[in-house]
Amino acid sequence: MSFSAPSMENGFSSPRNESFPAGLRVLVVDDDPTWLKILEKMLKKCSYEVTTCGLAREALKLLRERKDGYDIVISDVNMPDMDGFKLLEHVGLEMDLPVLMMSVDGETSRVMKGVQHGACDYLLKPIRMKELRNIWQHVFRKKIHEIRDIESHDSYDGIQISRNGSELSDDGHMFCGEDLAYVKKRKDFENKHDDIGDHSSTKKHRVVWSVDLHQKFVKAVNQIGFDKVGPKKILDLMNVPWLTRENVASHLQKYRLYLSRLQKENDLKASLGGIKLSDLPSKDPAGSFGLQSSINGNQNDVPNGRYQFSGDNFFAQDVDSKNHEGDLKRVVSETKRTLTADLPDPQDMRTQMSFDHSFGSLDSEVNFAAIPAPYSWSKAPENQFKEEHKPLLQLEDGFSQLPPSGIHNHIQIDDPLQSASSITSGLSMTGREICGPEKIKPLYPQYSSNHMSILSPKESAFDSFPVQSKSQMVKHQSFEPISTAISSMKPQGFNLSCITDFESCQRNLISATDSTFEPFNEDLTVCWLEGDCHSMNFGLPNVEFTDYIDPGFIAEFPIYLCDTLTSDTECPFDPPEYSIVDQGLFLS
Amino acid sequence: MERNQMHRQVSVMRQSLFDQGYLDEQFIQLEELQDDANPNFVEEVVTLYYRDSSRLILSIDQALERNPLDFNKLDTYMHQFKGSSTSIGAKKVKAECTQFREYCKVGNGEGCMRTFQQAKKEYTILKRKLEAYFQQARQSGPSETACRPRN
Repeated sequence: MSFSAPSMENGFSSPRNESFPAGLRVLVVDDDPTWLKILEKMLKKCSYEVTTCGLAREALKLLRERKDGYDIVISDVNMPDMDGFKLLEHVGLEMDLPVLMMSVDGETSRVMKGVQHGACDYLLKPIRMKELRNIWQHVFRKKIHEIRDIESHDSYDGIQISRNGSELSDDGHMFCGEDLAYVKKRKDFENKHDDIGDHSSTKKHRVVWSVDLHQKFVKAVNQIGFDKVGPKKILDLMNVPWLTRENVASHLQKYRLYLSRLQKENDLKASLGGIKLSDLPSKDPAGSFGLQSSINGNQNDVPNGRYQFSGDNFFAQDVDSKNHEGDLKRVVSETKRTLTADLPDPQDMRTQMSFDHSFGSLDSEVNFAAIPAPYSWSKAPENQFKEEHKPLLQLEDGFSQLPPSGIHNHIQIDDPLQSASSITSGLSMTGREICGPEKIKPLYPQYSSNHMSILSPKESAFDSFPVQSKSQMVKHQSFEPISTAISSMKPQGFNLSCITDFESCQRNLISATDSTFEPFNEDLTVCWLEGDCHSMNFGLPNVEFTDYIDPGFIAEFPIYLCDTLTSDTECPFDPPEYSIVDQGLFLS
Repeated sequence: MERNQMHRQVSVMRQSLFDQGYLDEQFIQLEELQDDANPNFVEEVVTLYYRDSSRLILSIDQALERNPLDFNKLDTYMHQFKGSSTSIGAKKVKAECTQFREYCKVGNGEGCMRTFQQAKKEYTILKRKLEAYFQQARQSGPSETACRPRN
């Protein structure tokens, strides 16, 4: 039966009129024309609405042109013009759509990488039709999580959202024919006529809080002063014409919740003996503000202001351990991640705070905490850091890009190692933040994505510290291995196998074709070696990922960190994990 | 009747392709996708595969002539070729691709070259067999090609 797209008059196909999942709008990306033809036929047989594309860039163009034009993306991993993982990151970051990866290669490391980058699933070729029949579950799941996420916020938020219609517009798309409890509830708020059929005129497009936007937001918040913020003030400062006060208000709400959740988690962690980054001197991994703590902590040299990263983060200038927490919280809430990772108490959480804010969530803490002195973020001499800061400031923008919507998954990790994964996510966030300006490569967007698995801290650290070697070239690829390792950890069973995976990731890393990889590798090696940083290990206990870390966030991993990493510093983190990482890292 | 005989012949040809390991389950998937909207789907896909992969084979041949061999590149090409071959269920070709990649991993240039020659051979054999099969199927009537014979 052929499926005809319902009302295309507005330039984008509106939600299907048939009952879900029929009419699911799928974008298939594959450079192999044979597979493209086969997949198209298979998907059509599933009653889906298919669009095919032979190039990654073309796919992105299509997606950007019609922001709400697709429900799900299926892409091959090996594309000639762009790495499939990169495309994955972009899609997750900008459009926040579920993405499935495909490949004839089913190697664990590749699959891990995919998951780390945020793939909802990894299909092996040859693909059977029955596998495609069920892809709608990924779309559905995402919607559910979004709704839950929204609903968990203040009712004010909910009202804003419903009034806005923007956040739920996707829901309207998806479930227009369905009787979903969540959706129905939201629908009550919305104009009924908005949901069905043509939306273009009445429905407001969902606001996607991209990394840039989010960074602007955070910057504005910082400028105003966290205590004195108000949606109107923020909106004025942000100077984004299409953004409404309601958008900002709901985002602010989420941000606050996020920060407060981090705070709570931190407190909880502290009680559990976790290392709270916030308490630098000792170990206060808590709260992703690990960086902060580290900064406060031992690093005397770390100027308070230094780690400001990205401005928006809260970490503003004074890295006072206590304050940091607060700052971090802000950051955290910004990202809406509730990654609470208890960093194993690295004797000195020198982690840079700035990272924290990038993570917003625990990740930052974790990472930073994990990053032992060697990584010298914290240690970086002020001047050195100063330089680094500059680029970092740009992160602010990046930071603001973290779309709140990114956070969807809750990953509870009981195993300390798991926290590592959270760290990873955190890292990615921070990474993002940090690397913002220069080459922020959305390395870890994926990491933060749904599969924030808990990986050994090392990995996350790895991610977060895109070795920035002088040129901030955070090569995306280089981090991947790590992230993959990290992300491969499943919440349920965090096992140390991640470490081995990490190693393999390292290997992958090493073999990454990315030219930039080389330098990175060296840096990493250096960092790792020098600091003997155990900090990498993120044996964070009880990492809880309540939010999905915005991919973009992670991508901007502060590359510059790497530079500092090379500086001497001892890594308080545990050796065993580190050693593994060590080996892995030194592949080169 | 002649028609029946032809149908039977087509059926036998088809079955032997499976029995001799030239094709695998994926080919059956393609057959199942064929319907009224796309009555020649399988043949179209196979044609597309041969057209697209011929370019790839040329690239691999050229790459194998270089000195020293760029194993990364070769691996990438072969990965693509394997992916393509998987699409129509070209079982033997796929097996050679896998072997090739193993040799690439260890940097065995000799092994790569040998394996690729074998892969090309299988590729060509399959092409001829499929062409004969489709031709026979077309001659014997649409009913044969459209539906999958019950085994």
